[in-house]
Amino acid sequence: MQDHLDQLENQSVFILREAYANFKNLAMLWSIGKDSTVLLWLARKAFFGHVPITLVHIDTSYKIPEMIRYRDQLAMDWHLTMVYGQNKDVLDRGETFPNGKITRLQCCKALKTDALRNTLSGEWPRFRLNLQTGKYEIDKNKDPYTGVIVGARADEEGSRSKERYFSPRDKNNEWDVGDQPPELWNQFKTDFAPGTHLRIHPLLDWTELNIWEYIQRENIPITDLYFDKGTGKRYRSLGCYPCTTPVESTSKNVAEIVAELKTGKFANIAERSGRAQDKEDGGGLETLRRDGYM
Amino acid sequence: MQTNRIETPVFSADSAAKLEGRIRMNIVIVGHVDHGKSTVVGRLLADTGSLPDGKLDSVRAFCERNSRPFEYAFLLDALKDEQAQGITIDTARTFFKSGKRDYIIIDAPGHIEFLKNMVTGAARAEAAVLVIDAKEGIRENSKRHGYLLSMLGIKQVAVVVNKMDLVDYSRTTFEDIRDEYVAFLARIGATPKFFVPISAFNGENLIKPSDKMPWYKGHNLLAAMDAFEKEPPKANQPFRFPVQDIYKFTSLGDDRRIVSGRVESGSIKVGDPVVFLPSGKKTRIASIEGFHAAPRTEVDATVSTGFTMSEQIYVGRGELMVKASDVGDGKTVEIAAEVSKRVRINLFWMGKKPFSAGKTYFLKLGTAKIPCRLERINYLIDASETAGAEKKAAVERHDVCDCVIELSKPLAFDPIARLESTGRFVIVDGYEIAGGGIIRESLPEEVQSQGPAEAKLIRSALSAEARAAKLGQKPALVLIAGGPGRDPHGPAKALEASLTASGRHAFYLGLDEGSEPQAHEAPAAGDTASGGSRSNLSSESGWDVLTPAARLGEAASFLLDAGLIVVAAAAGIDTEDIKALEAKVKPHSVTEIEAPADAEAATGAAEGLVKEALDRLRAAGAIR
Repeated sequence: MQDHLDQLENQSVFILREAYANFKNLAMLWSIGKDSTVLLWLARKAFFGHVPITLVHIDTSYKIPEMIRYRDQLAMDWHLTMVYGQNKDVLDRGETFPNGKITRLQCCKALKTDALRNTLSGEWPRFRLNLQTGKYEIDKNKDPYTGVIVGARADEEGSRSKERYFSPRDKNNEWDVGDQPPELWNQFKTDFAPGTHLRIHPLLDWTELNIWEYIQRENIPITDLYFDKGTGKRYRSLGCYPCTTPVESTSKNVAEIVAELKTGKFANIAERSGRAQDKEDGGGLETLRRDGYM
Repeated sequence: MQTNRIETPVFSADSAAKLEGRIRMNIVIVGHVDHGKSTVVGRLLADTGSLPDGKLDSVRAFCERNSRPFEYAFLLDALKDEQAQGITIDTARTFFKSGKRDYIIIDAPGHIEFLKNMVTGAARAEAAVLVIDAKEGIRENSKRHGYLLSMLGIKQVAVVVNKMDLVDYSRTTFEDIRDEYVAFLARIGATPKFFVPISAFNGENLIKPSDKMPWYKGHNLLAAMDAFEKEPPKANQPFRFPVQDIYKFTSLGDDRRIVSGRVESGSIKVGDPVVFLPSGKKTRIASIEGFHAAPRTEVDATVSTGFTMSEQIYVGRGELMVKASDVGDGKTVEIAAEVSKRVRINLFWMGKKPFSAGKTYFLKLGTAKIPCRLERINYLIDASETAGAEKKAAVERHDVCDCVIELSKPLAFDPIARLESTGRFVIVDGYEIAGGGIIRESLPEEVQSQGPAEAKLIRSALSAEARAAKLGQKPALVLIAGGPGRDPHGPAKALEASLTASGRHAFYLGLDEGSEPQAHEAPAAGDTASGGSRSNLSSESGWDVLTPAARLGEAASFLLDAGLIVVAAAAGIDTEDIKALEAKVKPHSVTEIEAPADAEAATGAAEGLVKEALDRLRAAGAIR
């Protein structure tokens, strides 16, 4: 008998395999957070222990250092094709929030959206982990990725609830919410015009609680920033440290987080409430997403 | 206004979290534009106490500040596009609950421009609520949505006649609309489960009986929804498994060759005999594979899984694996799927350009993707009364029709009356999914007219035996092939080099995946789009043109006649292509070898593959 986690897993695995069968240049975004780590685990499920898809991380250099160590350790352990990209110019010039006199949203655009766009298109250098040496090298492959797998969930906030599993982006990375392809009977849009690409969302139907329940069931290694280590605080959502504040919580492990989400004080508070950039204008995240943010 | 709270508030960005552990049902709300879908949903959320604390008040306050009358529909406007002063709550999938279960409401747009959104939403639903305005009566989209629900396979429908307050809660008005709509749906063989007169704005008959309509004795809307049944499991249906891919990931010493996919219906056990369609290849299930999962000997419907087979047969994405009925076994009598190149379908069209004869499209069913053409339109199932019998040359946007299509290659499927998941398909025009439909029946293939007589080639007088004795080898064709994205070329070149080094006469022939023209009409010349997408080499646009695989076979046949060992490499070809290739090289036979799964693995796998090929060439007597 299948439970709801089995059903979610089966659908996500199906979507991942459809993506792999239809796109030659396929990448999976790995933010090192819980959602995209579950996505990575689902890829191992889909491909029977292998991960035949390149993982791309956008390194804003403001990520918490534990995240980078955790990323490289899993990449070595699981034999991942691991690539990162970043907006080196802006970082070198120090034009970032809060010291560079720009707003949070401008900072997000430069360090995330622009870095992502140019890393995916191959216009900026990509750095690839050499599994023999454990060091990053300039990636020789400069081909644009035409299929990009992303861990977005429909329940995160308004704009994501209208996404398709296979969602087209035009030449300017733009998402036309009003004119999306039909998606029925698990037939997805897998044909695309030159210069355009597809975002693929295998986790669309998952909720924050589903993610944690699945991490618990599968015993997926997850970065310990999500846990309280005696300070009475933990991260509920991981972003750059200048813009992400920990929440008051004493959950020390996955089981306690699941219990807290089910019955505790977070049951009615949105997950991204600790993300400051969402609040900066009326629809911060939506503005970013139209522009290519994930 | 006071609302009736029957549950504690649960709605929030994480409202789904509260719903775990209870039975969930996806419900779609459809109907003509402005007949009140959003009001129905908004009022259901409010009345069942499913809104976050203070949300209703803040929307009311917002309306007051902006001098606009309050509407429940405002609760649902999630995106800036839909409402200038956006209120952000998740709406496309909205959660609320009754005492019985949890509902995920899919609010589908009623405007005809958004038909594809309506279809997308409705295709995910288990049941539907169709809203008709009591004052306006049955409109075009009331009808269109009605038969689309039927085509989409949604059998549980509650029709609500809304805005009863505008017709003074008139019983006659309700019954006239009900009778007219029942008569209309009877034409397409559909019957709604419930008809409920409501006033969503005033909350009449929504979650409790209405004293404004004492003449109505049936269920209120929430009670009607609670009376819907969950779909029974599909495990008892015939076994159907569309092959998604063949995986042979050679890294880390993995030598499994896994046929992967998702069980659409039925169930299967280790040891069961299976047939792949349309190729007709047969084998047995050797094992059921998984990662970080308990070992299993049986899988059933909806599970994404993978199998190893007892024989190393060559099959690819797009084939349909079914259970072979074991004669004499007496236990399993499975109904085989049908295989045909000509089918009668019901189709709804969403494309900007019409679906017209003479143009090539792609049909996608399960994991198969096959070029198809419109042969003829039988009749239009139209929303307007006048049309229907009238003949049309093309299927226009928003039309629904009964028609006949022909396919360039055999398709394995089930008629919709037997099985749903293998009986429905979409049609791709250029880059877009432009149509969807169901297969009614298989039709006999039309007799193809004979082509012009072929000019005969004059063959060499030297016998094949004499040539073989001279060369010290017999001609042979080794085909290194694989599904889309494989790299057969590295191993093939390694084999050619190895043969040549040991004094044999070998010749490499490679077919580059994606080098062939696609059936897409959109890309201009020199366009590289087809190289980006894993195109199927067999998807030629015309019916009379040789497929790339057949051309490869033709070239190989001359080299074989010259006594050579031909090492052919091709990715992205399927069993139909291989059949065509085999036909071209007769009487020479083909030794098929599976290409490794990815380019990186190919380098390491070449050595093993060369050894396998040499062993098989020796076994065949081609070399000693």
